[in-house]
Amino acid sequence: MNIPKNFFYTKEHEWARIEGKTAYVGITDYAQASLGDITFVGLPKEKAAVKQSEYCATVESVKAASDVYAPFSGTVVSVNGALSSHPELVNQSPYEKGYFFVVSLENEAEKQNLMDAETYQRYVEGLA
Amino acid sequence: MQLIYEKHKEGRRGFCFSKPDVPQAKPLDVKYCRSKDTNIASLSELDVVRHYTNLSRLNFSVDTNFYPLGSCTMKYNPKFTERIAAFEGFSQLHPLLPQLAGGGMLAQGSLEVLYEAEKLLAEITGMIAFTMQPLAGAHGELTGAMLIAAYHKDKGSRRKYIIVPDSSHGTNPASAAIAGYQVIVIPTGKDGYMDLEQYKKYLNSDVAAVMLTCPDTLGIFNPQIKEIADMAHEVGALMYYDGANLNALLGKARPGDLGFDVVHINLHKTFGTPHGGGGPGAGPVGVSEALVDFLPKPRVVRRSDATYALDYHYNKSIGYIAPFYGNFGVILKAYAYMLCLGKDGLIKTAELAVLNANYCQARLKDYYDLAFEKACMHECVFSAARQAKNGVHAIDIAKYLIDKGYHPPTVYFPLIVKEALMIEPTETESKETLDVFIETMIEIARLTEDDPIRVKQAPLNMPIKRLDETRAAREPNLRWKS
Amino acid sequence: MSKMNYTPHTQEDVKQMLKAIGASSIEELFKDIPQALRAKSFNLADGKSEIEVTNHLKKLSDKNATGLINFVGAGFYDHFIPAAVDAIVNRPEFYTAYTPYQPECSQGWLQSIYEYQTAICELTGLDVSNASLYDGGTAIYEAAMMSIRLTGRNKIIMDSGMSLIYRAMLYTYTSNLSIEFVEIPVVHGHSSREELFKHLDDKTAAVILQNPNFFGAVDDHSDVVERVHKFGALAISSVYPVSLGMLKSPGEMNFDIATGEGQSLGIPLSFGGPYLGFMAAKKELVRQMPGRIVGETVDSDGKRGFVLTLQTREQHIRREKATSNICSNEAHCALRAVVFLSLLGRSGIKEMAELNYQKTEFAKEALSKIKGVEVKRSSPTFNEFTVMLPRRADDVVYRMIDKGFACGFPLGRFYKGMENYLLIAVTEKRTKEEICRLADSLEAVL
Repeated sequence: MNIPKNFFYTKEHEWARIEGKTAYVGITDYAQASLGDITFVGLPKEKAAVKQSEYCATVESVKAASDVYAPFSGTVVSVNGALSSHPELVNQSPYEKGYFFVVSLENEAEKQNLMDAETYQRYVEGLA
Repeated sequence: MQLIYEKHKEGRRGFCFSKPDVPQAKPLDVKYCRSKDTNIASLSELDVVRHYTNLSRLNFSVDTNFYPLGSCTMKYNPKFTERIAAFEGFSQLHPLLPQLAGGGMLAQGSLEVLYEAEKLLAEITGMIAFTMQPLAGAHGELTGAMLIAAYHKDKGSRRKYIIVPDSSHGTNPASAAIAGYQVIVIPTGKDGYMDLEQYKKYLNSDVAAVMLTCPDTLGIFNPQIKEIADMAHEVGALMYYDGANLNALLGKARPGDLGFDVVHINLHKTFGTPHGGGGPGAGPVGVSEALVDFLPKPRVVRRSDATYALDYHYNKSIGYIAPFYGNFGVILKAYAYMLCLGKDGLIKTAELAVLNANYCQARLKDYYDLAFEKACMHECVFSAARQAKNGVHAIDIAKYLIDKGYHPPTVYFPLIVKEALMIEPTETESKETLDVFIETMIEIARLTEDDPIRVKQAPLNMPIKRLDETRAAREPNLRWKS
Repeated sequence: MSKMNYTPHTQEDVKQMLKAIGASSIEELFKDIPQALRAKSFNLADGKSEIEVTNHLKKLSDKNATGLINFVGAGFYDHFIPAAVDAIVNRPEFYTAYTPYQPECSQGWLQSIYEYQTAICELTGLDVSNASLYDGGTAIYEAAMMSIRLTGRNKIIMDSGMSLIYRAMLYTYTSNLSIEFVEIPVVHGHSSREELFKHLDDKTAAVILQNPNFFGAVDDHSDVVERVHKFGALAISSVYPVSLGMLKSPGEMNFDIATGEGQSLGIPLSFGGPYLGFMAAKKELVRQMPGRIVGETVDSDGKRGFVLTLQTREQHIRREKATSNICSNEAHCALRAVVFLSLLGRSGIKEMAELNYQKTEFAKEALSKIKGVEVKRSSPTFNEFTVMLPRRADDVVYRMIDKGFACGFPLGRFYKGMENYLLIAVTEKRTKEEICRLADSLEAVL
């Protein structure tokens, strides 16, 4: 199970990587593995406002659809357009090419509500 | 097989109209006309007949295969009802005829069928009145949810929630949501029943209704059903009965007696009408006294002179939910079925459906884990969790059964059972059929230990092997293109 | 004599099965239902034989009047159904199967639905179709809900030339939701552009138009659609599929969604159902479509096959967040439609539309010669038209029944102020002789 250091994680298996005043957002290796082959990603619109822990995107496999919750509040700066024709990127590269969108951070302190890699690792192990 | 469009040849005809017997009129202005023809296929009549006949042979069906698809009640569809539905007096009747002035008398036969079918269903379920209009089970659910909303509105309250258990059919929460309600999901307890503590916690005066299937989707009759209903009524909520599993209760228990206020029935399940490859069904909705005024209009009434008529005078009615009076052709077949079986036949139906399911359960429970250790009603639910440990999942078992000529049970439903296998044999299947099916299931259980790969490769004997569903969803190809 | 119940169990079978279960009686299997909860009544008649039930229902069917020469349409038409349609769809491998959840043993159904979807796309000129909905009315409702989800707006503008039956259904379904409806009046047979554009704004989710409209009038809505799109709203067309053999398709007018009642495609009138709702749309809207959809794919050997796809839209997966609650649809009627269309072929479909048009034009001519009858000609029509009579139309309809005709639909039933108007439909089944007799009889009763 790949869980990169210096990322932040939610209990719903989203990750966030802070870069300056923005954060990249996606779903974790654990999430993509449990969903199986991803067939569709429903992304938020650019400039949409998202709120921490609230619905912001959808990810689908053949027989399941899951809501994705925003790890940080803010405004969507850009979305990963490649996912619309290549949803399999989420399976192949969940932390890089398969990111969902970039959000400008409203309040970086929200990271207190998120897990670090170690905590997330323990959390995932506890689910098994 | 080739697509019919790939067999097209210009100049062929499968049907010819009569030569025009009227003089040629001035053509329609081209601005209203299509600029290019369709690419519908042109073939000879034989080509079309052979194409679809050969396609039909690629299907499993009740008439050709045992079809224990849980929750769907795939019982035998008596043939005489097909002939009745084809009587010209029924099949060629225009639905607007009784709405023409004086036209009520033109449709007496069909109106009588609707009226009498409604009466029979009311007695069978213990409800006061029915609307025959809903066109399928889920359409009945939506109708029911709208009746519930109208009832509360009439009482001056606008309630927000509908409660469903987590074992419910997906249509229940979907119907509640599109009717404008928020859905509260109550988990199933370790005993297989809806968790009463959770239920009590969420039940309050903002709950419009509780939607339940009884027996539930685990095939279990909840003996506390009356208490659940009483608690709902105490806070002013209504009880909704999803009739998908009514086949188990015919003559034994009635939703009306159990405290339900709104009921939908799937005629294509309990009352033997064919499922038609996905429809048409019919989902009549019955109500208790408190909801009669809100039923859709028009309603069929019997006048004092023993004639039948459409009545539109219901001020509180929710209005029109179907273009006419329901899927009449389906209702007619179900009516013929009910008349034919009568009281004893319907009771026997429930008894033997339950016997067949318990027989399957008893003979398979050593080989597959039961979802819940309980006597079942008309269907039994196993979990293939034990088999999954060897890499054989419910879907693999399903595919192996296909190879052996069985339509698989319902798999992965109810959602709360891991690797669910839901077997509903129905009453029309013989012990011999069940025995060979059971032997096949046992064989799979053994293969899971000895040769799991063999199960996972299935099907090998069908025209096609397992299909790439991921590709279908990622790159949707939903139509042929020239 | 034993009563019929289609069960094969002998007493010996029952005995053995109970033994395997470990129960002493069938009654024991129902022990989970407490006595207090048992049926308080089950007062039904005894069962009857197949002969008795058949005879009884034959008598009832004979009480219905089907001998009338039919000129009633109003959205539901008396078209001819080739015998081969029934021969094919009555194969039990089709009608006793269920939803093709398991593709390996359902390729016949899946391919048939894929072919049906293709046929609907061809007729409507749009990209994608679903596997069917209940009827034309619920199809409009589903399309309206799609537009609300897609735009995030809640105002629907609709043509009052759209069937009142469908508008009434739409109001019922949405009565607990906050949706604003605006109805656009019909002026000289067509929906008023002026009124429509007045109400069209950036709060509008969709504009719904019917073609031909309830009065039979044919229109080209291209200009309306263009304007609708400028406001970011969706354009929805409710169409009569037989007319599409001839009329400009919704796709050619750039509509986003087309819906309709497919009864005219080989499905008997059968007193109002089962019918066939169809829906086609532009491909970018497919993820908001309701109901089943079949897609092409390959099996593990690379061989072509068909599956139910994009199922995450549906209730069995998405539950309360599904695009619709529909589960059972009208697959068997959809099969009728694709078999019907395939028998006619591409030239037959054109010919059928042409015959309907020609016979209707002839009927207009014939009726316009009757003193006191005014055939409304403000717009062109397809196979249905409106006449103004010198007296109440419902009264005329009543008198015409005695002459052997269901001569039309009295518009006063749905439209106030139109008590003297009659809506007359003429299909390919009607002969010149019947049309002439209609005219003669009408003249006699006026």
